[in-house]
Amino acid sequence: MEKMSRVSTALGSSAISGRTMFCHLDAPANAIGVCRDAMQVVVAGRNIFKIYGLEEEQFVEKLNLRVGRKPSLNFSCADVMWHQMEENLLATAATNGAVVTWNLGKPSRNKQDQLFTEHKRTVNKVCFHPTEVYMLLSGSQDGYMKCFDLRKKESVSTFSGQSESVRDVQFSMKDYFTFAASFENGNVQLWDIRRPDRYERMFTAHTGPVFCCDWHPDDRGWLATGGRDKMVKVWDMTTNRAKEIYCVQTIASVARVKWRPERKWHLATCSMMVDHNIYVWDVRRPFIPFATFEEHKDVTTGIVWRHQHDPYFLLSGSKDSTLYQHMFKDASRPVDRANPEGLCFGLFGDLAFAAKESLISGDTNRKPYPGGDRRYPIFFFKKPDLTEQFAHVSSALSVFESSLESRRMDWFVKTAHLYLLSGKPFAELCDHNAKVAKELDRLQVSTTWTMLRIMFSDPANLSTPGPNHIGKLGTLPLMNSFSMKEMGMGTESRLDRSKGESRQDNIHLELGNSLINSNNDENEETEGSEGQAEYMFGDAELDDDDLYSMELDNQAAEEQEYTLPQEAFPLRHEIMDNPSAPEHLQQDKADSPHASGNEAEVMCLTPIESFSLISISQPLFSPHLPAHFFCPVVREMLSHYAEQGDVQMAVSVLIVLGDRIRKEIDDLTQEHWYMSYIDLLQRFELWNVSNEVIKLSTCSAIACLNQTSTTLHVNCSNCKRPMSNRGWICDRCHQCASICAVCHHVVKGLFVWCQGCSHGGHLEHVMNWLKSSSHCPAGCGHLCEYT
Amino acid sequence: MDIQDHNATARWEALGSRDARSRGTAMEHISQEVMRRVESIGPIPATVPSPLATAGHSTSDLNDILARLLMMSKRCPFDDVRERCVWLLQNVQDLGVRIPRTLGNGPSRFIPEKEILQVSKVDPRTQSIFEDAFAALGRLDNISLVMGFHPQYLESFLRTQHYLLQMDGPLSLHYRHYIGIMAAARHQCSYLVNLHVNDFLQVGGDSKWLNGLDGAPQKLQALGELNKILAHRPWLLTKAHIEHLLKAEEHSWSLAELIHAVVLLTHYHSLASFTFGCGITPEIHSNGGHTFRPPSLSQYCVCDIANGNGHGHLEERRGNHQVSEVSGEVEVLMERMKQLQECRDEEEASQEEMATRFEREKTESMLVATAEDEECVPSRDVSRHFEDPSYGYKDFSRRGEHVPTFRVQDYSWEDHGYSLVNRLYPDVGQLLDEKFQMAYNLTYNTMAMHKDVDTTMLRRAIWNYIHCMFGIRYDDYDYGEINQLLDRSFKVYIKTMVCSPEKTTKRMYESFWRQFQHSEKVHVNLLLMEARMQAELLYALRAITRYMT
Repeated sequence: MEKMSRVSTALGSSAISGRTMFCHLDAPANAIGVCRDAMQVVVAGRNIFKIYGLEEEQFVEKLNLRVGRKPSLNFSCADVMWHQMEENLLATAATNGAVVTWNLGKPSRNKQDQLFTEHKRTVNKVCFHPTEVYMLLSGSQDGYMKCFDLRKKESVSTFSGQSESVRDVQFSMKDYFTFAASFENGNVQLWDIRRPDRYERMFTAHTGPVFCCDWHPDDRGWLATGGRDKMVKVWDMTTNRAKEIYCVQTIASVARVKWRPERKWHLATCSMMVDHNIYVWDVRRPFIPFATFEEHKDVTTGIVWRHQHDPYFLLSGSKDSTLYQHMFKDASRPVDRANPEGLCFGLFGDLAFAAKESLISGDTNRKPYPGGDRRYPIFFFKKPDLTEQFAHVSSALSVFESSLESRRMDWFVKTAHLYLLSGKPFAELCDHNAKVAKELDRLQVSTTWTMLRIMFSDPANLSTPGPNHIGKLGTLPLMNSFSMKEMGMGTESRLDRSKGESRQDNIHLELGNSLINSNNDENEETEGSEGQAEYMFGDAELDDDDLYSMELDNQAAEEQEYTLPQEAFPLRHEIMDNPSAPEHLQQDKADSPHASGNEAEVMCLTPIESFSLISISQPLFSPHLPAHFFCPVVREMLSHYAEQGDVQMAVSVLIVLGDRIRKEIDDLTQEHWYMSYIDLLQRFELWNVSNEVIKLSTCSAIACLNQTSTTLHVNCSNCKRPMSNRGWICDRCHQCASICAVCHHVVKGLFVWCQGCSHGGHLEHVMNWLKSSSHCPAGCGHLCEYT
Repeated sequence: MDIQDHNATARWEALGSRDARSRGTAMEHISQEVMRRVESIGPIPATVPSPLATAGHSTSDLNDILARLLMMSKRCPFDDVRERCVWLLQNVQDLGVRIPRTLGNGPSRFIPEKEILQVSKVDPRTQSIFEDAFAALGRLDNISLVMGFHPQYLESFLRTQHYLLQMDGPLSLHYRHYIGIMAAARHQCSYLVNLHVNDFLQVGGDSKWLNGLDGAPQKLQALGELNKILAHRPWLLTKAHIEHLLKAEEHSWSLAELIHAVVLLTHYHSLASFTFGCGITPEIHSNGGHTFRPPSLSQYCVCDIANGNGHGHLEERRGNHQVSEVSGEVEVLMERMKQLQECRDEEEASQEEMATRFEREKTESMLVATAEDEECVPSRDVSRHFEDPSYGYKDFSRRGEHVPTFRVQDYSWEDHGYSLVNRLYPDVGQLLDEKFQMAYNLTYNTMAMHKDVDTTMLRRAIWNYIHCMFGIRYDDYDYGEINQLLDRSFKVYIKTMVCSPEKTTKRMYESFWRQFQHSEKVHVNLLLMEARMQAELLYALRAITRYMT
């Protein structure tokens, strides 16, 4: 790969170049440090301490500092730092509490220079002064920070945090004397290096340990801290009180944080547990990382920008024993993968939709929403480099208002109320429901009920009401309904496409259209023929054919039945013209081809018609067709309804048909329907209906819904506190709360009481009492009324 | 009957109310109930040899109630309830009914009862914690009573335990208790098993499960292996074990459930250690806590002398004798601490030396014999809750098998364990963190009769010694200190308590730190318990982390 960029820096060092690359280390790394010249990197860990040279194409091992046959714990490093002024000087923090400095200029193999064993516990961090050559600071688990002068054998000063262990120490870039220390108890302290007796300032930055902190390189007095509470916070230290100015929420505890050079708002973080990625954040957009490096397979333990004035190269070491150089241009940008669209329903069925402008602009039908269109370029940079910004985000917000009409769900509510689901013979239930549907101008549904009755009724039961009823209701009205449907659906679906109405609206529109259509109900045929694709009836059609063949049970029709199904499509509206005669069926068949030529898309309606005709004419002759013969058809019909969104129909039919159909439909589907319907009912606050449905359902999963949340909370009548354990004795005042006014015993079952005087008791007792007396049994003088 | 039961439960619960009046009412109800029952069984002729023999249903019921009353008369934190219970029992006895009496003395076999109960009377804070615990659970278990020496810790402990058992969590309530039973049974801790068998049944657990692990769902059976390893050789835990649990088709655990289970297991393993370490006796109202037999001479001998309790004066005399014998033990210890503190800076132990010191301590801990070697066979009813009873603690560093040392700097509770637990089981990480810190940092700056002593060094030595037994090493610790500070009998005690707590005896308890007060020994026990829990947790969590990466 070609080298990516050349940046001449203030320090005047040579240009650096490279590519995304990695090398295997022998052991997990705990920390890494980089030389001032940006050409060497040191990797330190429990079992590794090496210097690698950064070349164009690869890492080259330069030096192994872990010498000796039996390396001591002094080599087991928790942290490492390369001096930024002196290229030969390194410092490490050892897990055993030693602070070690290394002089690469030493001629011997062992480069160890100084050894300070003043700390009693593990040293978590070492930090060289940015401009002073001999000043080194350390922070340890024992709660002390020590400042060393490398020319002396001992520390020059000791700072006691007066609290738990020190997790990080950092010299300020801005202020020569100041350093920041972060602590395990969540505090951050600022110290003046000249005053070891007391910290200058302390504030609580995080809940739980603060694992890291970093001063902003462009001396702005900004300090970034990262903690176990999964947050990165940026503090403004120039004011009197440290003020939190930015906060980034990450997904795991933050182990390291490093400001990105030359980018005022950017910082890189890596986490201590679970998450292996390195993130670069723009602190102003805290919800999505600006860039992510996903190469590591175990937690990243050290990150460092390769050069202090070059924002494009990031080095990282990890527990997975690899050392990586990441090129910024190879980073993945989560924002590109983020879903830029948003969709939401309003309370009244309005739909708001936000998307990238480019996606929406083509849509001419869009109603611009007042104030909804916002174009905002998110960031401006001094150097407008496209790759260095967040993607230009400008999205448009559209709101689709649904008309008042389409919002109404009256039909649903009424239907729910009026439908009878049990308690009567099957045929009557069907008839009743058919009537209900018809009154609400849902003629297709009405017809379906009628058909169901015919299909599943005992022939004997059917005989009398059947033909008459259909005779009345079947012929013309039925046809109406279908033709209307067709039109309704046709126009509506067009609407749908153009306006992007919600699905829910479809239903309403359908209703609305059918209403309109019912006015001009005379022109069934014409409408039928001009109707557009009617997808709704695709399955109904099939069943009609079957039906047809079955109902036509008389001997004469025998062969025809079997041929009919194949010819289902052709069999169109023509039939409508000849409603009364069964013989016409054959003719229909003959007619059908040309009909199909006309509109290949219209398919189903007429068969239903034809069926109804047949049922009228020959209802009594279908005695030995087993009801289960229809089951597949009905099943398809039900799922069709359910898919249309009319789960009410599906469930109602399911309940009314009961065992006749239940086995045909798999339990999961049934359960799904029930759940949807019950949910809808409850949204409309039709509690009684929903309860009835639950009760009548045969799915165990549904039936048990009635068993949940059956707790009724009552308050004690004495102390007015909630009674937690039992309904009849109060835990607090230990009085039996509900005592029967008649027999003076505790009521543990049904308790009835007067709403006027609030006396009451056993249901039976009170009933009996009030038979003989109209006064309250408690003797309060109230005239109780029992209804 | 059922309703009556509920009614009765309500009354018992009401005894925990903070409102004196409602306590009085409840007490009234109870005494009526008792009297009713006493009358219903009729006057028992005093000559009936054993009421239990004639025990009809109502008699055994009554006996349960009486046992409970006895418990209340001793353990209830409210004076009025205690007095009323005593009075009621006396009345019942006057009517010719045999009343139970307590077996053993007090909540602990090791610690004189009066010393424990004194605590709550002196310290208002302890008293209030006791009252809270009593109100929440309707009982005050012996563990809490003994921990009452250290109210700050007790508070944190009860809060954590309450959260683990009662509050929101991925596991259902009966699962939690069952896991508790499994864990306690691993150490044959019948005290904890009995406690949780009751709770388990109360939250609607299936009594079939109690017949043994075979009766429990496969999911729980799968946990048996983890339980076993965690209890005795946690260092053998690998990510394969975790994977086995998480990828078991329909019986698999979710990560969150597993964390919950692991926390429960470790909690009860270490609590079992505490139970044995402090010689916790059975609850008064449970089996083995009371007897209806009149005190006979032989009886006395068996139960009290075996427990080495009861003959207070004798005890004291012996104690005095020992004191004179070992006086100066504390001073020696303090002197050593001081020396270590001082010569710390001068003494420059080489790194190799430090490394070998850890190894030596590790090996030596192995040589510390755990107990007088009587192989105690776990009683039947407890052992059925776990499999493979032969599996026990094996020393960490055995020749032949090499297990790499666990470096705490690479995986510590504060940095890694906490994050993992809190991520998968919110708030528990925080609670455990507080509990660990509380246990680790707890100090009154006293040692036996000396005041203003910095015990940090001693506490750290104990903590690290336990971790050392589990093969966990602190790079920044000089393991030579352990040898200086912990004498052999103390090491024996620690080792027994942590590794095979069921073998702890009163002699061990008494033979270490003879001049120290009981409260200080309980403090040591707390340290041991928490250090053990953390060690187990660290291994388990590390395995889970490895599985996740």
